Amino acid sequence: MEIIASQLPLFACLASLLAVIPILLFRKTPNLREAATIGAGALKLAIVLTMLPGILGGKVYEFTFFEAVKGIPLAFRVDGIGMLFALVASSLWILTSFYAIGYMRGAKEAGQTRFFCFFAISLSATLGVAFAANLFTLYVFYEMLSLATYPLVTHHQDKEARSGGRTYLTYLLSTSIGFALPAMLFCYFKSGESLTFTETSNWAAALSGPTVLVLLLLFVFGFAKAGVMPFHSWLPNAMVAPTPVSALLHAVAVVKVGVFSIIRVFTGVFGTDFLQTLDVSQVISWIAAITVVTSSLIAMTQDNLKRLLAFSTIGQLSYIVLGVSLLTPHAVQGSMLHIPMHAFGKITLFFCAGAIYVASGKKYISQLSGLGRAMPWTMGAFAIGAMSVIGLPLTGGLLSKIYMIWGAADAQQLAFLAVYLVSSVLNGVYFFPIIYRAFFKAPADGVIHDKAQEAPLACVVPLVITASVSVILFFFPNVFFELTSLMIPAK
Amino acid sequence: MTEQFPILIIIAPLFGAILIALLGFRHQSLCLPTVLGSLAISCAAAVGTFLKVLEQGTVLYNLSGWERVTTPRGLFSVSIEYRVDAISGLVLVAIAAVGLLNAIYSKVHVVTETPNKVPHYYILYLLLVAGLAGMTITNDAFNLYVLIEISSLSSYALIAIGSRRAVLASFNYLIMGTIGASFYLLGVGYLYIKTGTLNMTDIHAALVTLPKDSPSIQVALILILIGLWIKMAFFPLHGWLPNAYAYSPTATSTLMGPLVTKVMIYVMIRMMLSLFGAEYVFDHLQWTNIIVGLSVIAIVAGSLFALSRSDLRKMLTYLIVAEVGYMVGGAWLANSIGMTGAIYHILSDAMMTFTLFMVVGIIITRTGKTELTAFQGLFRKMPITMTGFTIAALSMIGLPPTCGFFSKYYLVRGGIEAGQWAYVGALLFSSLINAVIFFRLIEMAYFHGGKAYGEEITDKDHEHHHSRGRDLDAQPDETLEQVPWSMLAPMLMAAASLLAIGIFNRPIAGWINAALETLNLAQGG
Repeated sequence: MEIIASQLPLFACLASLLAVIPILLFRKTPNLREAATIGAGALKLAIVLTMLPGILGGKVYEFTFFEAVKGIPLAFRVDGIGMLFALVASSLWILTSFYAIGYMRGAKEAGQTRFFCFFAISLSATLGVAFAANLFTLYVFYEMLSLATYPLVTHHQDKEARSGGRTYLTYLLSTSIGFALPAMLFCYFKSGESLTFTETSNWAAALSGPTVLVLLLLFVFGFAKAGVMPFHSWLPNAMVAPTPVSALLHAVAVVKVGVFSIIRVFTGVFGTDFLQTLDVSQVISWIAAITVVTSSLIAMTQDNLKRLLAFSTIGQLSYIVLGVSLLTPHAVQGSMLHIPMHAFGKITLFFCAGAIYVASGKKYISQLSGLGRAMPWTMGAFAIGAMSVIGLPLTGGLLSKIYMIWGAADAQQLAFLAVYLVSSVLNGVYFFPIIYRAFFKAPADGVIHDKAQEAPLACVVPLVITASVSVILFFFPNVFFELTSLMIPAK
Repeated sequence: MTEQFPILIIIAPLFGAILIALLGFRHQSLCLPTVLGSLAISCAAAVGTFLKVLEQGTVLYNLSGWERVTTPRGLFSVSIEYRVDAISGLVLVAIAAVGLLNAIYSKVHVVTETPNKVPHYYILYLLLVAGLAGMTITNDAFNLYVLIEISSLSSYALIAIGSRRAVLASFNYLIMGTIGASFYLLGVGYLYIKTGTLNMTDIHAALVTLPKDSPSIQVALILILIGLWIKMAFFPLHGWLPNAYAYSPTATSTLMGPLVTKVMIYVMIRMMLSLFGAEYVFDHLQWTNIIVGLSVIAIVAGSLFALSRSDLRKMLTYLIVAEVGYMVGGAWLANSIGMTGAIYHILSDAMMTFTLFMVVGIIITRTGKTELTAFQGLFRKMPITMTGFTIAALSMIGLPPTCGFFSKYYLVRGGIEAGQWAYVGALLFSSLINAVIFFRLIEMAYFHGGKAYGEEITDKDHEHHHSRGRDLDAQPDETLEQVPWSMLAPMLMAAASLLAIGIFNRPIAGWINAALETLNLAQGG
């Protein structure tokens, strides 16, 4: 594997962090301020894209800041999965920025400068996690993300935001400090003071099965951003945030950072080959499977649209955890693929929920009757997003799900195969009534909208784009396939 | 010139004090420039000495140029000797830097809080800095006592110069402090009887030859430890500290809070390692369990007291009590990592406490409130101050890449290595309590102020929400902080140093470790 020492990962990470300065400077002129956000987003995406050909060619970009403690540098290392995640996060940041401009202005939110500042910082932290070369770097940026998103979650600064924010920080910080940090220290000492992600780790081989199980549990629960039950309830509570935050952070960046960290632990810290010899990761599989089914069932009972989406996200995240814990190449590749596939589908759904709120002030599913006529574009995109999340044909969600099911079959785990299938049905059960209601039911007030009343264009265009991408990914998923297959050791 | 650097660190503030005494009463405008000038010289000399130490190892300096002489009993020091190694070099730089930054920071406070006593104040201020630096640099056990008294006497006055309650607090401190100093002196007396010298290196050389189980040496160590513990407010000997710091003038608390206890901890470490010697203190006495146990109590009690206080400065003072426990425990873990952690924490805690006291000073001045509720809505009103506060808070909680994380990292590693699980648990517990304490304040500052919990806006009427939003957006300028830059700049520099000390923890720990090696305490790193 060819290693390129390069500052590009650093620049990609800094692009959004430095955008804070112009955002603050132009706080009086919103148009310039938003231009800074968009500009930084474009720059960031461009930097990430310049690294793409190299990564696809099997190279790895590396950048080291300094040695933090003995043997552990704070360092970046861009490989296939890191690239994949960075690509998703930075491309969706631009779309979300446009959407956020429409949403924040449409809803006349206060404190927009602060909002865009912390959004930019959060993106830097996300890329930091994506590019982290070792567990310590990952941990540092993971914590930075928790803290940087707090002002976003509590943006409304009312009582609800206060309690939601408390739950948010308590869950995320106490698990990461309480579980992930000790596990990390243990690995640090056991490995002879190194935490760099490698495909084959020699030190782990000396560990006994129960030790590995405890470590895996500590990591899976410690990275609570992945929302594995019982440490999931921060996510529904975080829905007090403005919708752009829920969309990018709680459908893509923050939660995917959680599963990304878990994938790193499975593939980079222990190595799937080693774990396969131990037969302990089944415990994780079961926990994830229970989360998948339970969260789908809870989602069915929700009337608040964003809460429903939150529980749906919890289930989808555990798909990924389940996939990686099955350890077979197809399952692991499928779970990595599910990161972008689910991201585009779910962000569409959140964009739609926000657009509905901005256009009509409606938050509850029971209020949505007949809305399909008033907001045809939005609800159409909603249908596509839902299809992708369920995993129906002609959307990208199908591909990753097929791979995960294939992987479960490889592992000869029929129970988990069934979990994937059953939960897909459950996803359909909670999404289709919404679509049906919007398009075929008469509005409660009896007024039939014959004219479209869409949200501002800045809201609608991004969601149409993300919905289209969900479809396009079905036909042209090659980039993501190539990136993920880089991570699967050749047999 | 460079060989005179060690003495310049002490002499500069000392002569500055004399200069103010001569001229300051007539020309008050000369006071501050004199303070700044002398502290700047002191700071530069400290940095110079430190660089020299890095280059050529421990620097020894004989006062007035008296060389060591050979006597029938061996090589003895006639004069007072100064000794700077990497550890004391770091502490000296911290003392001089904090003194200088604080002098800039407290420019306004001194004039407003002690209007008729500006020259008096600055004389005492310089004497205190000189005393603290002297304690760090001296290699003479009796000279150390004199310097303890110089710094203590000036600090009694510096506290009492404030409000009326401060007088009583200062009196309390005076009694306790005098007892502590007497204990120390008594301990030194025993050592003098046994060894016939006051130079620390010579005492150590003599002690090695004496029988190890001599009770008088043990008594000397106990007396010295108790004396120093009183001075450093090691729980349960901390009684004087909260009131003394909470009621003193702002500039006093920002100087004493970060420095006095930390310097005392350095002195304790100095006594342990270079006077009694690591071999005697750790291998022969085996007191680790007892003293680390005491430190666990100090950490837990300090944290809980801090959690229960509603007065800002009282809360900070109890946090100091907890942090003293960190360092005493770390020093007594009897391994080099724990010792490295304790010394590294002297630096990082000095800067953390300094930042926090400055922030609180600014907030109390601006809002006129000393309660925790002064923080309400401050992110909007004082964004710059709150940025500094947030960094310091993250460091107190111990999140990377602030220095608080790394000092906890070294201390916890030392604790694990020594098998002191209670100490490790206490450190984590205290992190947790700090998280609660500081998150509570950050939350209060982030949400809109002026309303108690119950009165929060509960209706989700969006019109209401938005009208409020517009109001706030419309008037950012008149609410932006109107704090002079003379206060903000030192505070921000201290906050930045928290990140810098964290990021450069490897070289710092490396220097400390190298110095520990010469003191026969080094393995691993």
